[in-house]
Amino acid sequence: MAARGGDFLTLTNVVGILQNSVALGLVAVGQTAVILTGSLDLSVAYLISLGTLVAATTMEDGSVVTGVLAVLALSAAVGLANGLIVTGLKVNAFIATLGTAFILRGWIEENYTGPAGQVPASFQHLGYDRVGPIPVSLFLLLAVAAALWVVTRRTRFGHHLYATGGDEHAARLSGVRTRRTVIAAHVLCSLCVGAAALFLASRLGAGAPWAGTEARYDLESIAAVVLGGTVLAGGRGGVAGTLGGVLVLAVLDSVFNQLGVDPFFKNVVRGVVIIAAVALYARRGARRSA
Amino acid sequence: MHAKQATHTMLAMHGVSKSFLGVRVLHGVSLDLAAGEVHALVGENGAGKSTLMKILAGEHVPDAGTITLDGRNHSFSHPAQAQAAGIGIIHQEFALLEHRTVAENVFLGREPTRYGLVDRRAMEEQAAQLLTELGELDIGPRSYVRDLSVARQQTVEIVKALASEVRVLVMDEPTAPLADHEAGLLHALVRRLAARGLGILYISHRLREVFELSQRVTVLKDGRHVTTVRTKDTSADGIVRAMVGRELSAYYPPRARPEEVGETRLTVRGGGNARLRGIDLTLRAGEVTGIAGLQGSGRTSLARALFGAAPFTTGTMTVGGAPLRPGTPRQAIRAGIALVTEDRKAEGLALRQSVRDNTLLVTRAVPDRERPPAARELTALLGKVRLHARGEDQEARYLSGGNQQKVVIAKWLAARPRVLLFDEPTRGVDVGAKAAIHTLVRDLAKEGLAVLIVSSELPELIGMSDRILVMAEGRIAGELPAGASEEDVMRLATTSDGPEPPRGTDPPPPPAPAAREGSAPIAQEGAA
Repeated sequence: MAARGGDFLTLTNVVGILQNSVALGLVAVGQTAVILTGSLDLSVAYLISLGTLVAATTMEDGSVVTGVLAVLALSAAVGLANGLIVTGLKVNAFIATLGTAFILRGWIEENYTGPAGQVPASFQHLGYDRVGPIPVSLFLLLAVAAALWVVTRRTRFGHHLYATGGDEHAARLSGVRTRRTVIAAHVLCSLCVGAAALFLASRLGAGAPWAGTEARYDLESIAAVVLGGTVLAGGRGGVAGTLGGVLVLAVLDSVFNQLGVDPFFKNVVRGVVIIAAVALYARRGARRSA
Repeated sequence: MHAKQATHTMLAMHGVSKSFLGVRVLHGVSLDLAAGEVHALVGENGAGKSTLMKILAGEHVPDAGTITLDGRNHSFSHPAQAQAAGIGIIHQEFALLEHRTVAENVFLGREPTRYGLVDRRAMEEQAAQLLTELGELDIGPRSYVRDLSVARQQTVEIVKALASEVRVLVMDEPTAPLADHEAGLLHALVRRLAARGLGILYISHRLREVFELSQRVTVLKDGRHVTTVRTKDTSADGIVRAMVGRELSAYYPPRARPEEVGETRLTVRGGGNARLRGIDLTLRAGEVTGIAGLQGSGRTSLARALFGAAPFTTGTMTVGGAPLRPGTPRQAIRAGIALVTEDRKAEGLALRQSVRDNTLLVTRAVPDRERPPAARELTALLGKVRLHARGEDQEARYLSGGNQQKVVIAKWLAARPRVLLFDEPTRGVDVGAKAAIHTLVRDLAKEGLAVLIVSSELPELIGMSDRILVMAEGRIAGELPAGASEEDVMRLATTSDGPEPPRGTDPPPPPAPAAREGSAPIAQEGAA
């Protein structure tokens, strides 16, 4: 950003905005992969909660490494389950992932009554350290986003993601293994969610049952993806747009917080922005096909 | 030189059987194909052509039978395996991603990679090279498919098949979506591909192109192999006979006698809108009026204007003697006008509803025209249109094209119309059902309805009509009496300022000459 707009565009402020978007960014980038295939993941919020709990409790007794591995294994398993339910049982993704969300929620409520576990100080570097003015966690987001960008744009798997979402039948007829593609996208998404859970665990210093649900990462991430120009039906869009969407949401938040605007009005504006953006995309699409 | 009459069998399918949900759709069908051969596959709707080809392409797994390619046995369970073996298929519905580029589509599923990443440059270069080989210099590998015409999209499909080094190319009614000159280009392309040594299985309903292109023809009927003959040893009549299992000489019902033509039911004077101008038209009870014209001449616009779907904005119109220019379909229906549209799946039927609900659709929506018929009347109505369904509860989407069309007609008859408009009444309907619909239309005219038929199939239009109005550039270019020749019609349709057309209805001449001349598109294959 070249312009300096008074108090708002101070370095601290910009860095603050970016830091706040790390968790949402990680989830939304993962969500992009799933949505590109025409699927969807509503279980991300509870997976984050459970992820922070698993991370903190494992790290309390063991090492950071086992904690990280445990979270990633959990995430991969949930993603795999989502993918298998969607492709194998042919349950609509909305319902399938809502179902896994309920299961995760039940598990959390049964086993954790409140914040649990504790992450070692060494692991909190991820949440709080900076390289110069830039938080370390931002590098995590950028690394994950860059990796996903390469995967979606430059690998065969990425091409197949777009193809499966664009027209599953056509993709299948062209020899694309569409089921595997959808399953892999779900696993990829959940791994990103796992990364977000690790980041949040590091920030919070402990696991929390509300870590993912309070910030509504499920719907929020979908909003960011759609705001970034990815079509909910799949096949069009991409990771770069999603980062833009996340940034827009974060900037809105930040501006409203600074101005001390009533939260009701803030949510109204967010809603209007999302609807307006998608309406705009729809008009553009209609003109193109006309 | 290429080996067109190669005796070497490249592909053999033997004893292929397949059932869906307990219904046997293929009974031990066998087929073989030589390199460099164009082998046509014909048959009525539901004969099993598409299913057989889908088995070959790995989309369905056969219950029994073998597929041998170059002496090797294959059993495919995924399209990718068939592709790897060298079988490519061009579907009626293109398998293209419209928001991706030509190159991305051509190499979908087998993108070239370099260091593990997709090599976009190689992909685009190879796509460009293949396009150049086919003489398609106007298609750029980076163009988005959505920006291409239907014909070009089809070329992309063909290039896509060629990119995977196919040996056998299956083309399922490739000319159906194409205009005439595009079809000609496609034929040339097919010949070039065969000359390269590809074996081509060509499904078509257009017998003319079967004779132009193929060396052999295989006829399927009701899932069974009827015959395979060398194309030059047979005739269009012979093939039609094999397809339907009977002669189709008395194809069109006799026309109306002058005394059967009654009062005026609908008139238009000076009707016009954005697509039509100066329309003068009179429809009389008992008479079938045909509307001919090239694509875009305003045929469909006329039917839609009469029905109020895209209303006239100028001129006067009377229905049943009373002045009325319908501005909405609802007004037209109230006045007793019915329109059987061209696209019955999108505009004629609620596909997931039952036959009964579909038949009641109009009378339920506009009950002040005619009350919805009682159960017994409904059954009588469906009997009258000779519907073959498993029952009145069957969902419309499971009916064949012909039976779907009969339900649409029944839906309108329930409202007891005075004027019945048909836009392409037999599109996508097989030969047998076609004849039934023709007879039905004539019967309805005899009962005193005024009938108007729009059709792009000239033999049908000439065979059915008591007089023919030819449209060109949004107006009526002239009127021809019953039994006019195709040449007369085409002359009027193609010359905007034709000679003063003959007026009035002459007594009907002798029945039209055995109508099928191999040119007739018979039908489109429905879903398997």
